[in-house]
Amino acid sequence: MPEFNSMEMMICAAARLIDDGAMVVVGTGAPCAASMLAQKTSAPNLTLMFEAGGVGPLLQRMPISVGDSRTFHQGLMATSMGDVMETCQRGLVDYTFLGGAQIDMFGNLNSTRIGADHQQPTVRFPGSGGANDLGSLCWRILVITPHDRRRFTERLDFITTPGFLDGPGAREKAGLPPGTGPYKVITNLAVMEFHEQSKRMQVESLHPNVMLDEVQANTGFELLVKEPLGRTPTPDDEQLRVLREEVDPQRYIIGRG
Amino acid sequence: MARYKAQLQSKGPLFTSPDCNAAREYFRSKPKGMVNKVMSVSDAVAQFVSDGDYLASGGFGGDRIATAVMHEIVRQNKRGLGLAGHTTTHDFQILCAGNQTGRGQLLKRVDSAYIVGLEARGLSPHARRVMQSGEVEVCEWSNYTLALRFQAAAMGVPFLPARSLAGSDTFRHSAAVQITCPFTGETLIAVPALWPDVAAIHVHEADHYGNCRIRGTSVADWHVARAAKKLIISCERLIDNDEIRRDPTVTVIPFYCVDAVCEVRFGSYPGNMPYEYFSDEEHLRQWLVAEAGVDSYREFLDRFLFGIQDFAEYLEVCGGAQRLEELRNEELMV
Repeated sequence: MPEFNSMEMMICAAARLIDDGAMVVVGTGAPCAASMLAQKTSAPNLTLMFEAGGVGPLLQRMPISVGDSRTFHQGLMATSMGDVMETCQRGLVDYTFLGGAQIDMFGNLNSTRIGADHQQPTVRFPGSGGANDLGSLCWRILVITPHDRRRFTERLDFITTPGFLDGPGAREKAGLPPGTGPYKVITNLAVMEFHEQSKRMQVESLHPNVMLDEVQANTGFELLVKEPLGRTPTPDDEQLRVLREEVDPQRYIIGRG
Repeated sequence: MARYKAQLQSKGPLFTSPDCNAAREYFRSKPKGMVNKVMSVSDAVAQFVSDGDYLASGGFGGDRIATAVMHEIVRQNKRGLGLAGHTTTHDFQILCAGNQTGRGQLLKRVDSAYIVGLEARGLSPHARRVMQSGEVEVCEWSNYTLALRFQAAAMGVPFLPARSLAGSDTFRHSAAVQITCPFTGETLIAVPALWPDVAAIHVHEADHYGNCRIRGTSVADWHVARAAKKLIISCERLIDNDEIRRDPTVTVIPFYCVDAVCEVRFGSYPGNMPYEYFSDEEHLRQWLVAEAGVDSYREFLDRFLFGIQDFAEYLEVCGGAQRLEELRNEELMV
């Protein structure tokens, strides 16, 4: 079995979840690495889009900003933020990749603040950026995040981006497009999905050498567990070669694993 | 199990009036002659940015930003400004250097979609100090809904509907309103038009009258330029009006939106300028490191912003022609 670190595991697991021919709006960091890897291995016909207006780039180097010129390098179109977001709003975009400081059992995300006073928070984070729009308007939300109790929390200080809000039917009731919502959560320990009826997060597969109680111990709410519980496939040699040599040769992202 | 109350009403402050007739009156009175608008950045800021104005910044945070104009706004010690923070990253970092550094309060109110962060580079310690101090009033939005507010203003209508924000605390702390579609009964989110008092946009090329060309993504600038009551353009290169007329298909901003044209080569530095130069990641890291301490940040600002004359001197202090050549090679991937 090839050797790999937890970040490489997370990126390779995420890359496998994207089907060829799909459209995906991605952010920088691990989501971008996973999409680049997918484009160079299992999903050569993946159309990548970036919220500032980059459409269909052939990524050579990892973008640092979702608006930098690498996001439309050898691209099909350099358009506007409105055009990309409205393509999501029209229902054309299958996936978006998001992160956040906190996530709860319904996949709601906080990237705005810690603390109760909005005008004077304990910790101020950037806010929505495009996350609220992408999480509202794309069909499926993929989340890549490290797995610990600080992030996987019972109650968010602030819902920046809606997951399933407080359960089944809540997104539609709030006015969000029907049939949208969180799809998978990929961490350094496991892949989680959302239970079809209750919309609660459930463990779908454990990464190699990870035990279920370790996942639960690092989660601040009760996880459901899929029957039968799977094992996430290990990264294969080709994935690791492309990831290390072509996607992130400077180890900006995978160096953090 | 966590339970959240359905959010039907927002409670964020609305900083600007969505009155489209008042906007029409303003635009009616705006001078529309095709006159030479070329001037220095310091003259443009002195003439068109007033204390208390609401400001919009073009580009995307660290990409195609009007750095020179932002520096000058801070250097001229403008006070009490509002800001549209639609992915403001390094531009926000510059503007909040006017807060909590003992020089008066530059930012007073912020419509926030993305602030205090520099994307993959991390969070700005100073911007966090400012936004956690309570001295800046904040209203939440998302990148699209804030862009849509400019679009409504550019269209001359008081609001536009969107399908994002719904159900979230981002909505609750915004000034958006939940409405029912008169045709389908769908729940929609109405966002109010935003006419900034002044906007600064950096472009590739402009003529003396302010007809502008942009290469690469336009982000929200097509709408920001049309929504702004006053517009300062900085450009990499001044070009002849004949060149504009030779190919009008590539004009993105017309002269009648523009109040000042400033030629600033490398004007987006240390930000990225598509097809011209990549972002200076070393300098941006230096900035973030200096911000960690209040004293080290004061020294840094004296060296790179307050203690220098103009943008040309800033470029020199940051490594001059040799560094810019490196960034040009980085952009062109040579």
